[in-house]
Amino acid sequence: MNICTLHEEKLKFLEEKAAAIRYDLIEAVINAGSGHIAGPLGMADIFSALYFHILNHNPKRPNWADRDRVVLSNGHICPVLYATLAHAGYFPIKELETLRKLGSRLQGHPHRGSCPGVETTSGPLGSGLSQAAGLALAARLNQETHYTYCLLSDGEHEEGNLWEAAMFIAKNKLNNLIAIVDRNNIQIDGMTETVMPLEPLGKKYEAFNWQVLEIDGHNIKQFVDAVNIAKATYEKPTVIIAHTIPGKGVDFMEYDYHWHSKTFSKDEAKLALSELRTLKGRIQSEHQ
Amino acid sequence: MLNPKLKLNPKLFDKKVEQLPTRNGYGEGLLELGDTHEDVVALCADLTESTRTEAFVKKFPNRFFEMGVAEQNLATVAAGLGISGKIPFITSYATFSPGRNWEQIRTTICYNNSNVKVVGCHTGLSVGPDGATHQALEDIALMRVLPNMKVFVPCDMLEAKKITKAIADVYGPCYLRLTREKTPVITTEKSPFTLGKGDIFWQSKNPKVAIFAAGPVIYEALLAARDLEKEKIEVEVICLHSVKPLDHHLILDSAKKVKGVVVVEEHQVAGGLGSAIAELLAQSLPKPMKFIGIEDSFGESGTPEELLLKYGISGERIKAAVKKLL
Repeated sequence: MNICTLHEEKLKFLEEKAAAIRYDLIEAVINAGSGHIAGPLGMADIFSALYFHILNHNPKRPNWADRDRVVLSNGHICPVLYATLAHAGYFPIKELETLRKLGSRLQGHPHRGSCPGVETTSGPLGSGLSQAAGLALAARLNQETHYTYCLLSDGEHEEGNLWEAAMFIAKNKLNNLIAIVDRNNIQIDGMTETVMPLEPLGKKYEAFNWQVLEIDGHNIKQFVDAVNIAKATYEKPTVIIAHTIPGKGVDFMEYDYHWHSKTFSKDEAKLALSELRTLKGRIQSEHQ
Repeated sequence: MLNPKLKLNPKLFDKKVEQLPTRNGYGEGLLELGDTHEDVVALCADLTESTRTEAFVKKFPNRFFEMGVAEQNLATVAAGLGISGKIPFITSYATFSPGRNWEQIRTTICYNNSNVKVVGCHTGLSVGPDGATHQALEDIALMRVLPNMKVFVPCDMLEAKKITKAIADVYGPCYLRLTREKTPVITTEKSPFTLGKGDIFWQSKNPKVAIFAAGPVIYEALLAARDLEKEKIEVEVICLHSVKPLDHHLILDSAKKVKGVVVVEEHQVAGGLGSAIAELLAQSLPKPMKFIGIEDSFGESGTPEELLLKYGISGERIKAAVKKLL
């Protein structure tokens, strides 16, 4: 088991990385002219922590057999995945300009084999947890020790396929799989609790025989601690429910479900980027 | 006459011809793969006995995963295994898999290009008394439109076994269509078999009509060919176990020699083998065609014989179609 301790200096580094990821993902979406923004902004801290602290991976060898796997079940937030992969060195940051363009490796929703670092094809919701289960099961059969991290949206818990996977993973005690739910409370048609109430979400997982850890998804230290607890738990699979703010870092987007998949006007884009330029200090202070 | 090179069952037209369901061939093939291919794993959605997965379960319990009645999870867990070096065979009834979980198969198996073998049991009207809910008549159409997917329809138990073993060595998504009822064993262990290649089961010196068929229903076509020979009407009967990829070379070669083409299958006429052949011939060698299959309806409860007769998939209907093309 690989426990990751986190020092103050590293924490600061991860927060700065998250800010850079936010900036670049917004530029990429502006450049593309379409794509999701609020979800990716909300998950930037978790992506920074994963790729720059937690994962055992090698961007120069994306198919290395012993790497930890990341399955992005909610494929629509791929701008944050792409921006993070670019910062980690899987491909040049400049390539983010090609997002959603003809011939690009950065497809509108992630596609396995198209872009280094993308483990599975995703976008249609509710099927990523099952695919992650398949990866974790294969690792167990092969007696491999890597972890599979599955990132999920909250809205996709309305899909039946996801709960089929939740039953299967608990039945097989796949403790080499760690699920992370982006609990940002928004989906396309409105707030999740209006569209289709999910609460009590944690209790639902507990009833399915999972260990449930609830954290502030913008507090990197809490996230790293939760991953360490998950790795130390053998009798059950673990889900980390990360409470996040959709649109985090851009005032006029935060908490507003309309930004789930809406794109910027030119003025809004300028405003968003100018807000992000002054982001570093603000995000850090919110943790303290 | 039956093609002597194919070493088909010499007792094919005996009343007591040996009969076994194609699903048995799958079960035997899977069991052998267990020994020869350590990466082969099996997943089933609460139908291990009926889908003939049971022998594998007993011999290789650590390589079998019971998924419960959850076909979407069946396909997607397999998708993850298939991109991790495993060769998962997933089974259920075809109306549920690849029916209910079609989108998962599209995205996570086909687009993802995962090495999953989808095995659909209980296809065709011959499912019988269970009724229309359990009679998959649309599965070939659903699978053959998917990029990366290959589609195989064995004519008998032995061909099912050969296909099962062969697809383990072909990387990528495959669909294997199986049936519940016992049907004549048409081929023998010695019959030559190449995955993806069709075979002329019944040949004539100067055929006037080519009859293409996939699945056990080809037996009806062979019976029809034998009757027609007595009436001095010469036909060819071609077995196409591979709906995708389609054996273009063989189909065009046969079609060149004849006035018209009949296609026989236990599937909706729309989207099945007949459609695949029509797509080819319409572009390369247009010929008058007749389609023997289910014509835009659901089945119902009944014995397999009653159902095939009622829905017009019979030797008599094949003979009539041939005569109309002369």
